[in-house]
Amino acid sequence: MVAKDKKRAAASQSLAINGAEAVAYAMRQAEPDVVAAYPITPQTLIIEKFSEYVADGLVRTEFVEVESEHAAMSACIGAAVAGGRAATATAGPGLALMFEMLSVASGMRLPVVLHLATRAFSAPLSILCDHSDLMAMREQGWIIMCGANPQEAYDQAVLAHRIAEHPDVMLPFTNALDGFGVTHVVERVDVLPDDAVREFVGEYQPEHYALKPGVTQTFGAWAHRDYYFELRAQTAEAFRNALPVSEQALAEFREISGRRLSILEPYRLEDAELALVFLGSADGAVKAAVDAARDEGVRAGALRVRLYRPFPVRAVAEALSGVEAVGTLDRALAIGSPGNGLFLDVAASIATRRGRPAMKSFVYGLGGRDPAKEHFDAAIEQLADPERREGVPGMTAYLGLRDGGNE
Amino acid sequence: MTTLRLRDLAEKPSGLACGHGLCAGCAEPVAVRQILTALEHPAVASVATGCFEVATTHYPTTAWNIPVVHSAFENAATTTTGMEAAHKALVRKGKLPPHPITFLAFGGDGASYDIGFQWLSGALERGHRFIYVCLNNEAYMNTGIQRSGATIKGTSTTTTPVGQAVPGKVAWRKDLTAIVAAHRIPYVAQAAAHNWRDLATKVRKAEACGGPAFLNVLVPCPRGWRYDSAHTMQISRLAVETGLWPLYEVENGVYRLNVRPRELKPVTEWIQSQRRFAHLLRKGNEEVVSDIQANVDREWRELLQRCGIADEKPVEAAANG
Amino acid sequence: MSTRRGDEGYRELPIGGVVLDPGSTRHNLTGSWRSEHPVIDLEECVHCLICWELCPDNCLVVVNGKLASVDLDYCKGCGICAMECPRKCIEMVPDLPIEESA
Repeated sequence: MVAKDKKRAAASQSLAINGAEAVAYAMRQAEPDVVAAYPITPQTLIIEKFSEYVADGLVRTEFVEVESEHAAMSACIGAAVAGGRAATATAGPGLALMFEMLSVASGMRLPVVLHLATRAFSAPLSILCDHSDLMAMREQGWIIMCGANPQEAYDQAVLAHRIAEHPDVMLPFTNALDGFGVTHVVERVDVLPDDAVREFVGEYQPEHYALKPGVTQTFGAWAHRDYYFELRAQTAEAFRNALPVSEQALAEFREISGRRLSILEPYRLEDAELALVFLGSADGAVKAAVDAARDEGVRAGALRVRLYRPFPVRAVAEALSGVEAVGTLDRALAIGSPGNGLFLDVAASIATRRGRPAMKSFVYGLGGRDPAKEHFDAAIEQLADPERREGVPGMTAYLGLRDGGNE
Repeated sequence: MTTLRLRDLAEKPSGLACGHGLCAGCAEPVAVRQILTALEHPAVASVATGCFEVATTHYPTTAWNIPVVHSAFENAATTTTGMEAAHKALVRKGKLPPHPITFLAFGGDGASYDIGFQWLSGALERGHRFIYVCLNNEAYMNTGIQRSGATIKGTSTTTTPVGQAVPGKVAWRKDLTAIVAAHRIPYVAQAAAHNWRDLATKVRKAEACGGPAFLNVLVPCPRGWRYDSAHTMQISRLAVETGLWPLYEVENGVYRLNVRPRELKPVTEWIQSQRRFAHLLRKGNEEVVSDIQANVDREWRELLQRCGIADEKPVEAAANG
Repeated sequence: MSTRRGDEGYRELPIGGVVLDPGSTRHNLTGSWRSEHPVIDLEECVHCLICWELCPDNCLVVVNGKLASVDLDYCKGCGICAMECPRKCIEMVPDLPIEESA
């Protein structure tokens, strides 16, 4: 390692880097044993940057340039079951290609980390951001954390292995960062010193692994109807541990970084009458709209969900308990569904509450359409209007869609 | 190093336990047991979804006496390369001792020729140090005898059944061994279940070659090929004697024929030995039979040329060819 | 867990579906599958061990380099050993006496 890098590694410092480089930086510090990845826009910068660390001998990671995303997840699963810390990255159609292996990772209880540069699914083909990939994977037993900016992408990349590899969890983890909106945006990112991250993340120490000396075990056996149900239920139950473990990890992260990250990020929600609930980098535009509404005397607020899976049901219900109208902002379309993804999550969370709020399902920003303050002004306007705040089940209120003037 | 004497091999603990669910007379467990016994170093394997995996890893039991991983159907090669990569990193970090481990990947012809073709090719191209074993019974047996890229023309399978209009599979078959050899990996070979000495020798070479190795092992299937289970090894032998399944190896690009029958038996003997070809004995299917013969002859000539012995006369056939 | 109890609660199972007991199929006595089994003439046998090598179920028991017996707990009666024995000293014998029909 050259002197300059040594110095950099020893100290906390501020870097002007994009979200992809920030993730790669954290990956270097967490030093997976194996990174197996296939390039796909807009994730390519992550693995290109990481491969530079490999080429310079700054990590002892085996970097496997696999021939497809399915192979990437397969190799990560092989690495993790062998006893190694494994990580990869992908986006949109790449996630779709590795989809078969997602539930294999969780079913085998392997804490593989996936850095997901959120990207639209085809068709039509788009390389730009939306959350269709994120939404598609949410039932596969992966812990999912969504960040809003490069700093959070870095922080969550540091948290990832710590949470995933916890002995009470042992589940795979997705660090979601918006494609282009975070991956390619250069901002100030405060990074921790190498040894602080190393200590925080710790070592991967699974109880059962294929290369364990002196032990012979079989992994991935098939289960008949007499055992499958039990093995699945066991995974689902362990998944619930991810919530307290994440909260604990976030609290400890606060100690070492000074940054307060929580499973939910409320904004002006305490006395709000209406609230927008959303994920990811629309953060700035949403807050601007909330502020503008407040200036007009409308008691608007917002709730950004950071820990998306396991969905913090109780915390979300509590956060929204005083609100009279909730607008969920989905950046993906659940075609044919009674509600879009986040809408269903929130609706289910407050379903047993007496006196439920009006709820409306908004969709914005598909295929990279930039979330703009004006979109969310329109959402707030609808939620503030008693005639328009209640959505129709199965109907989506689009924000920023050109509809030729028809409703 | 244990010699290749059955007496010595029989002393070694078996990599495969009794009580597995493979059919009576199935050649797959014979091949796998022989392979595991022939290895010098401790082994860790992955196995693709298929007959062998299903019959040996029925939760909560396992027939494996070595660490083994199943993750999916198409990716045994990639799962193993993930393990191999992790091993390198963990040894590098001092978290595992540097003792040699032989990494294996097992897949049927379905997993290797077809659904896992890309995964196999990528793993070979990257140069991981592992042995890929294709257990070739010429169809997707576990799902009920459907045709694969390894099935020969004219075979009756459940997706190429013999009907009024079509007499079995239409396409010839893929030459996966040649395709793998084109990856220029250090060791490639075809073997068969009956010739244990040939297979064990090849396993040893594969283990020692220092890079990716590929063994394509013919494993006759009494159920799918429809013959009496006692004849499995005879049929394996017949595949070699008719030229359907030559035993050869490619060591650092150099082709060598390991068993050369004095004269190839006609494919009709192959066809007559298994009821999956019974329809080809009926009137009207003569062209299919001659087409099969022509394809076998062509492949045999090409192989002899690659081995550089096309003009030589064959020596007396080996006793256990 | 080496046997299939089939009644364990979901919290009792080791995580990730890992099977901790190698070779646990030994509890599955596949000898019940067969309708005939090999009988070996150990006088004629030269202990070449080809039968041991070619048995799909590893049922030919070798002791000190010599063939000793057949493991009838697992033998599926496929007949490969009898067919391949170079000395022809293995005979497949029905498990149950075949009754003449009336």
